[in-house]
Amino acid sequence: MPAIIQEHLEEIVAVLLFAIGFTTLLLQRNLIKKIIGFNIMDTAVYLLLTSVGYIEGRTAPILTNGVTSAEYYTNPIPAGLVLTGIVVSVSVTALMLALTVRLYRRYHTLNIDRITLLMKGEDN
Amino acid sequence: MHLQFVQNVPFFSIMLCMVSGIVSAMLPGRVAKWITAALAAVVAALNAWLTAFLMDYGQSYVYWMGHFPAPWGNELRAGLLEAVLAVGFSLIMLLSVLGGMRKMGEQVDGKKLNIVCVMLDLVLAAMMSMLYTNDLFTAYVFIEIMTLASCALIMSRQNGRTLVSAMRYMIMSLLGSGMTLIAITITYNLTGHLLMENIHESLAQLHASGEYTTPLTVITGLFFVGLGIKSALYPFHTWLPDAYGYSTPTASAVLSSIVSKAYIFLLIKIFYRVLGMELVRDNHALNLLFLFGVVGMIMGSVDAIFSHDLRRMVAFSSVAQIGYIYAGLGLGTTAGFAAAIYHMLMHACAKSALFISSSGLADASGDSKRFSDLRGAGFRYPAAGVCFTIGAMSLVGIPVLGGFISKLFLSDAAISRGGVHLWMMLLALALSTLLNVLYFMKTVVTLYRPPRDGFVAPQFQKSRLSAWAMWGFVALNLLVGLMAHPIFGAIRTGLTMFD
Repeated sequence: MPAIIQEHLEEIVAVLLFAIGFTTLLLQRNLIKKIIGFNIMDTAVYLLLTSVGYIEGRTAPILTNGVTSAEYYTNPIPAGLVLTGIVVSVSVTALMLALTVRLYRRYHTLNIDRITLLMKGEDN
Repeated sequence: MHLQFVQNVPFFSIMLCMVSGIVSAMLPGRVAKWITAALAAVVAALNAWLTAFLMDYGQSYVYWMGHFPAPWGNELRAGLLEAVLAVGFSLIMLLSVLGGMRKMGEQVDGKKLNIVCVMLDLVLAAMMSMLYTNDLFTAYVFIEIMTLASCALIMSRQNGRTLVSAMRYMIMSLLGSGMTLIAITITYNLTGHLLMENIHESLAQLHASGEYTTPLTVITGLFFVGLGIKSALYPFHTWLPDAYGYSTPTASAVLSSIVSKAYIFLLIKIFYRVLGMELVRDNHALNLLFLFGVVGMIMGSVDAIFSHDLRRMVAFSSVAQIGYIYAGLGLGTTAGFAAAIYHMLMHACAKSALFISSSGLADASGDSKRFSDLRGAGFRYPAAGVCFTIGAMSLVGIPVLGGFISKLFLSDAAISRGGVHLWMMLLALALSTLLNVLYFMKTVVTLYRPPRDGFVAPQFQKSRLSAWAMWGFVALNLLVGLMAHPIFGAIRTGLTMFD
């Protein structure tokens, strides 16, 4: 493996995952798959964030043995951001799933193109 | 740092909205809707107080949340620009809630009315936070809160159309917020900061030393496209007409005038206070902004001409008006930014007036949105007729009204910028105004023509409250036009405080 890939493995994987999630959310016609794509996209961002916060050889910044030197611990802020991000994406996923249930009950399909067609038929 | 009591206003505005949201969730809808209206009035009054204070104070200030100093604590920051916009947007919120209150009661399931009010409170909370926050990640969290609340507002009126458009809105919005989130992450990776001042310092150093040019370009692009999608910039506007066109009038008014403006303001803030104008100018993001804006100015109007339904027409005209705002930003000068911000305020006033009054006009024509049935509706419902006429005239750019003045400022900014920008801007302005006249004046004339033969005027109940709200909108639009000079002055002073 070239050195640059080895050095930035997490970042590269994160960007690839982001691209996969983004295109799935944009192009998939199935609503459930779209939601899965959204989750992959957000997870990729969390991977990117955590990989920045982690410093090899250090531990989580929880004071248990009286060591107060910052040298000993990893950066807690990215972890906090990831937690916040997870809360956001969970609530968005819940709303999307609820909407999908509503749409499925009304149109009996998960394909967004078919749903749009059926909706236009309803009006006329 | 010695704080005066009035300097708590930004924090109070946000917390009041949050608390009202929580309280409304437990109250019946008929009480909750009045709480929402009162909340908007109180927030407007508080921010007017803050505006008066800042006029004297002459500079912006930073408010420490929880009293932790700079690199650790979360911060709010208030300047004249933010305060003026907060007053404007909360007044619009108040009038939109009052104007659409009856309709909201009819179109929303009675048991869910209070939830709709919670969503309105959350939209106002998110608006205030995006105006005042000084922390990039807080801004992201409130972007998502705004997205969720506006999605719920779209589907507050339950039918097939709104469900599908809520879904499409969600999908587009999530693409946008995903891009914003990864842009924030990369910014954090580069700088190690989340507070805007600290990021700005580090990025300015990076820019000066010429390091990391590719990541900086990527960040600028991601912020621009991400927030562009969310504010319905021209090629990303596909979700807009259905979302605005079929929901309750209050929801449409709030979505078009408050939600989309919040994202634009955040983008301005990020350009000014996070990335820095030198950086943005050097990687040519502004030229792209300008191009998209100019194309949007024309294409939005063309789409509006071809729509056969009053509210969809009004919705498409939003695309054109957002194009104006982005074109103003794309000029890249302070004059251009000030003109764009004034246009933002003006458009918010006019567009909410149009949405509220067009629902009144539809009522006066037997709930038909077809143009032929609208004939004479201006006589059947005078308040709605006048309100629509004033809003439409403002957007077309009839003198004295806000739209004329913002077009004047925009062309003024373009003239001082010169070059290709000048010609493109003036041509687009002329063409877009012409198209605006075509569809808006056609509608206004229709409103005051005698009804077609055999048209039976429907019996409908005018709501006195909506009528008052519509007169309020008329007054607000006139005020924005007549007071253009002081408002514009405040915006310019605010922009100098913004750096």
